[in-house]
Amino acid sequence: MSDNRPVPGPEARLAGAMSGFAQEIGALSAFRLESCIHCGICADACHFYIATEDPQYTPIWKVEPFKQAYKREASAFAPLVRLLGLKREVTTDQLVQWQHLLFDSCNLCGRCSLICPMGIDVAALIEQARHAMFDAGLAPKELYDKAAHQQLTGQPEVSAEPYRDQLLAIGARFNVDIPLDKPEARIMLCVPRTDIEHYPSAVASLARVMQHLGVSCTFRSDGLVAENYGYYAGGKEWQREISRRLIDQAIACKAQILLVPECGHAYAALRWEAADLYGKPLPFRVLQVTEFLAGELQAGRLRLGKAVTGATTFQDPCESARKGGISEAPRTLMKAMGVDLHEMKNHGGFSFCCGGGGGVLDIERAAPLRYRTMENKLREIDDTGAETFLTSCSDCRRTFDDAQAHFTWNKTPQSLLELVAANLIATGQP
Amino acid sequence: MNLLDFARGPALKVAIAVFCLGVAWRILAFALLRIRRDLNRPRDSVFKSITGGLLTVGSRSWPHREFIGRTGAGEALGYSYHIGLFAVVLLFTPHILFLGSLFGITWAGLPSSLITVISVLTLTLFIAVLFRRVTNPVMRMLSNFDDYFSWFITMLVMVTGIAATAHLGASYETLLGIHILSVDALLVWFPFGKLMHAFYIFPSRALNGALLARKGATS
Repeated sequence: MSDNRPVPGPEARLAGAMSGFAQEIGALSAFRLESCIHCGICADACHFYIATEDPQYTPIWKVEPFKQAYKREASAFAPLVRLLGLKREVTTDQLVQWQHLLFDSCNLCGRCSLICPMGIDVAALIEQARHAMFDAGLAPKELYDKAAHQQLTGQPEVSAEPYRDQLLAIGARFNVDIPLDKPEARIMLCVPRTDIEHYPSAVASLARVMQHLGVSCTFRSDGLVAENYGYYAGGKEWQREISRRLIDQAIACKAQILLVPECGHAYAALRWEAADLYGKPLPFRVLQVTEFLAGELQAGRLRLGKAVTGATTFQDPCESARKGGISEAPRTLMKAMGVDLHEMKNHGGFSFCCGGGGGVLDIERAAPLRYRTMENKLREIDDTGAETFLTSCSDCRRTFDDAQAHFTWNKTPQSLLELVAANLIATGQP
Repeated sequence: MNLLDFARGPALKVAIAVFCLGVAWRILAFALLRIRRDLNRPRDSVFKSITGGLLTVGSRSWPHREFIGRTGAGEALGYSYHIGLFAVVLLFTPHILFLGSLFGITWAGLPSSLITVISVLTLTLFIAVLFRRVTNPVMRMLSNFDDYFSWFITMLVMVTGIAATAHLGASYETLLGIHILSVDALLVWFPFGKLMHAFYIFPSRALNGALLARKGATS
């Protein structure tokens, strides 16, 4: 896609960023900004800082220009701050410099939010700062272009075949029914375009598991893609439009559940942000596939056989595990399959991000830093001694696949959903 | 009116007024900003959010096991001098009598000799904290006037307090007057800078903890 962004002048760009931030700053964010005591402890949770020991990667520093703007524009003593020139106006150069900090070197993984002695949710502040950067025209081109394309067409990129056709082709190739465009269904399914393009067996596995459970479900041609590049790019309006496609389709087919596949940020965008952007509570539940399956397992509707995986480790996707509260469900499924789980040193809610989250995988210039940051993660995985490496996020999977090629690493990430699909036991079967 | 009378008379009254109004305004100013209702369905009940918030108030008092190797020493230093400060402010008998004259209640204090030891230890830790702030690259980068001035004014209160207790350099009345004046200065500065974290720390932990608990997220 060509870069058809309007190119505002630096001053207009700056005004856009600051007004965006000022409009969005609410009591909660203001309280978070005010609570910081400059202890710098958040650096010790961030893998970008840990890998480089470069102070600029301190999470709270990533919102410094916005803190500066808040103090000048909206804080309790803002008039005094301006009158005495205690905080300078944020400059265009400053924001351009901060693009690297807010996008290239932040996965929005939220690990920093667990360490702050003041309890500040630093990741929430960074996400808000990304909105202002987007308004300033400073979202990285890769994220901007994909978000722009997705809000217009429903797909983040032009594909050789429409995703709908690819989905049906996957069904034919893997010999599984793809429920598509049913007028009514209890569950609406969506799919990561990463899976369509790179992991079709994961798509087939989703369909196979649903078919096995015999639940009423459907994909919808007009609301297929789970990812939300508006979320990554910081484009709130586009994030709203992208979420809305799925919401409208779920309502149209009278779904009671919108089932989010193995995609961490898609879950975050739909489960924890979509209703706010939609302006009212969603008339259906949003569930991530592993929590749905763990629920089915516990209800006795899903039976799983023993999986032969050998020593296995599991990568917790940040958005669904740490930030979304789904740490137990994947372990419930693995336990049911008799998986010999060897946890990483940092796992569950404290797991390190794969390094690709927050759109970082898509930002080309961020790759060298991302690889440097990933070294620690790969060591943790190797230290488990696991032969099999599972995750439940297609972006994590892509990031580790990329690392495998870059580092000639000996592990291939596999999908937990695919493992479930391969070990289904029919009711009545011993 | 001598220095002591001025310090604990009109100066203290003005300082307390600035402190109270300033703190109230800092807190009220949040309420004037937009308060957004979260429309996303919570994972658990309101009760779980509240208990999650309250648990976070306690749990953030010490680093999680995963972080302790990197942050334990720094946090121990931070908490140690805070504990020392509280002990001296709240458990030194002359302070108790002074606070009693303001609030009408008194309580048992620690022996003066123990308070002296705690004061010297706290002062040493406080110097170590400044040393850490200027030598640690992350803290140095984050630090601004507020950090250094808040340190300075707290240090001033501690030094003048120790000097008054030890009768160092001038008459007790003068030294006490200077000490109370430094307290007045601290009260005036309090609402304008980071000392406000004394009011923010527990609500901040509780609020963020409750919001994370609402999602069932790790906190």
